[in-house]
Amino acid sequence: MNMQTAITMTAAETALVDAYTAQIGELPGEGAVLSARDSLLANLRQQGLPTRRVESWHYTDLRALLRSVPAFDPTAFAQRVDPLVSGSSVLAVLNGKADTKNLPAGINVRSYAESLIDGVAAADLVERDQDDAIGRINGSFVRDGFEIEVPEGTVLEQPLEFQLVQSAGQSHSRFPVTFGANSKATIIERHLSVNDAASLVTVVSDLILDEGADITWIILQQQGASDSHLAQVNFDLGTNAKLRLFIINAGGKLVRQEVHGVTTGEGADFKLRGINLLGNETHTDVTFTLGHDVPNTTSTEILRNVLFDRAKGVFQGQIRVAPDAQKTDAKMACNTLLLSDDADFSAKPELEIFADDVQCGHGATVIDINPTHLYYLRARGIPENKARAMLVNAFVDEIVEELEDEGLIETLETIIAAWLEKHA
Amino acid sequence: MLEIRNLHARIAEDGTEIIRGLNLTVKAGEVAAIMGPNGSGKSTLSYILSGRSDYEVTEGDILYNGESILELDPSERAAKGIFLAFQYPVEIPGVATMQFLKVALNEQRKYRGEDELSTPDFIRRVKEAAAKLQINPDMLKRPLNVGFSGGEKKRAEILQMALLEPKLCVLDETDSGLDIDALKIVSDGVNALRSPDRAVIVITHYQRLLEYIVPDSVHVLYKGQIIKSGDKSLALDLEANGYADIIDAAA
Repeated sequence: MNMQTAITMTAAETALVDAYTAQIGELPGEGAVLSARDSLLANLRQQGLPTRRVESWHYTDLRALLRSVPAFDPTAFAQRVDPLVSGSSVLAVLNGKADTKNLPAGINVRSYAESLIDGVAAADLVERDQDDAIGRINGSFVRDGFEIEVPEGTVLEQPLEFQLVQSAGQSHSRFPVTFGANSKATIIERHLSVNDAASLVTVVSDLILDEGADITWIILQQQGASDSHLAQVNFDLGTNAKLRLFIINAGGKLVRQEVHGVTTGEGADFKLRGINLLGNETHTDVTFTLGHDVPNTTSTEILRNVLFDRAKGVFQGQIRVAPDAQKTDAKMACNTLLLSDDADFSAKPELEIFADDVQCGHGATVIDINPTHLYYLRARGIPENKARAMLVNAFVDEIVEELEDEGLIETLETIIAAWLEKHA
Repeated sequence: MLEIRNLHARIAEDGTEIIRGLNLTVKAGEVAAIMGPNGSGKSTLSYILSGRSDYEVTEGDILYNGESILELDPSERAAKGIFLAFQYPVEIPGVATMQFLKVALNEQRKYRGEDELSTPDFIRRVKEAAAKLQINPDMLKRPLNVGFSGGEKKRAEILQMALLEPKLCVLDETDSGLDIDALKIVSDGVNALRSPDRAVIVITHYQRLLEYIVPDSVHVLYKGQIIKSGDKSLALDLEANGYADIIDAAA
């Protein structure tokens, strides 16, 4: 017999279930897609949003934190903005709807709505595991996005920018991207909010890197101060594939960015670089899992977090090394600059190592501004607030500098400096 | 230009008194050397002049151009023209040297109500000053003082001094860690800044530096007080005979 605790649904849970009933007629896809949606929503309704009793959500009690969910707003208006790096190809998703005008040449691209309509998407609409709340919400409501294939050997000289602009309501998007063998590209996944209205944005990106693909994927999250942002990147790295994933969180009220990867080919290399700029009342969680499943793969993860005000931050990093994944080299570091007594950061590194010839390490530090550094700058005539901003900037800039592309570095530095000026 | 009156100061954290009734006057155009054995308070004096908050002034005053600077914070003192060349320049990862120089210059100019320098003008000034000090331009591309050798750090301090054009220069053991060639380059850099409207305080252990930067006055600091003042011959006397006689005479 199925023992179920009768729990009262929260306002957010009720809103999600009601929204599904109201929206399902409008959402693309039928048949297998529809039944996949139904089954994800049934699980959501049955299990509710995850609480702190669920291990992977321990520091982000989604049920308590997601107080409300804004209704879908079909009248909301959002438009494209200039790309982050001039010359980029832009693939815009405006309030959850893909803009299919002027699709870039050289790659195979179509809107995800098409994939939902012809049913190909049905295979994507599954949960990673029973705690996959993001996959569940996104899969129930996903409406659009882009499905992309970068052909074998293709080198994209200019970045490709996924531009998600939200003005109100909800948007649920998906980006399955396959990078063919030896392809090379820089992808910018950019989340913007055009006003202060509360939005719920979910996004799931599924990346497959074939042999020798060399990809830089940059997530720049700049949503509004009342927005909820639930995002997931899943990746699979083939032989000698390289993925550099940069995540910059500089907005949002409730943010959970999950990254889940596996290395499935020898010689694969993964780098995660994260900058969390957290101010006001934000709660921002970066949760990362990586399975080194085959021998001779490498990964490094470095997070730099800066917290002001009453911000709360979380980093969970789990590295698993499979029994035959010898010669794995994995290093994880999480450094936090706490600039307010009311701010709070939780770091949970986990190493699960089942092979004996590996190098794995992790470290977490929490620091304040170095008073000697501050004094030195002030002794040269730089006022205290400006000197502090320079030192905070320096703390995160070391990460940005790794990007190598001067134009991109400068753009990101400008965004970071502007954020710090506003919050310091 | 500088008048220190009966200064008493202690370490803020534990209350240890380091400066105990120090009096010193340095006039515009003057180069004053301060010498003294280890632990006499030489570096502490330089930090107090710069406004470092690790030290508390408990009595007395420091007048700069006739005005007390005790209430000014370090950046205000710097903008008013007080410069401390550090004995141990600080390495700051992530802060590019050029950016630091530009911000420091422009913040000081802003404080004094002057226009900010244009980028080309700024770069030209840095290049000129760096060439005089035989500083490799690649060094300026690195983060501030990070990976600089001891000699490079000292040269970088003098470069900052040359660019910021202070009125009161305090050199805290600028000779330490320098070989003879570097000592000469650094001394030439300091001498180039000597002018009738600028004063220099040279803090050093050794007479050697004073052969290159010839002082107008020499003062012996011991247990937080100036116990003897004289002209440059006092430095030679100290080199030959040590501090013991002067200390005994003052006791």
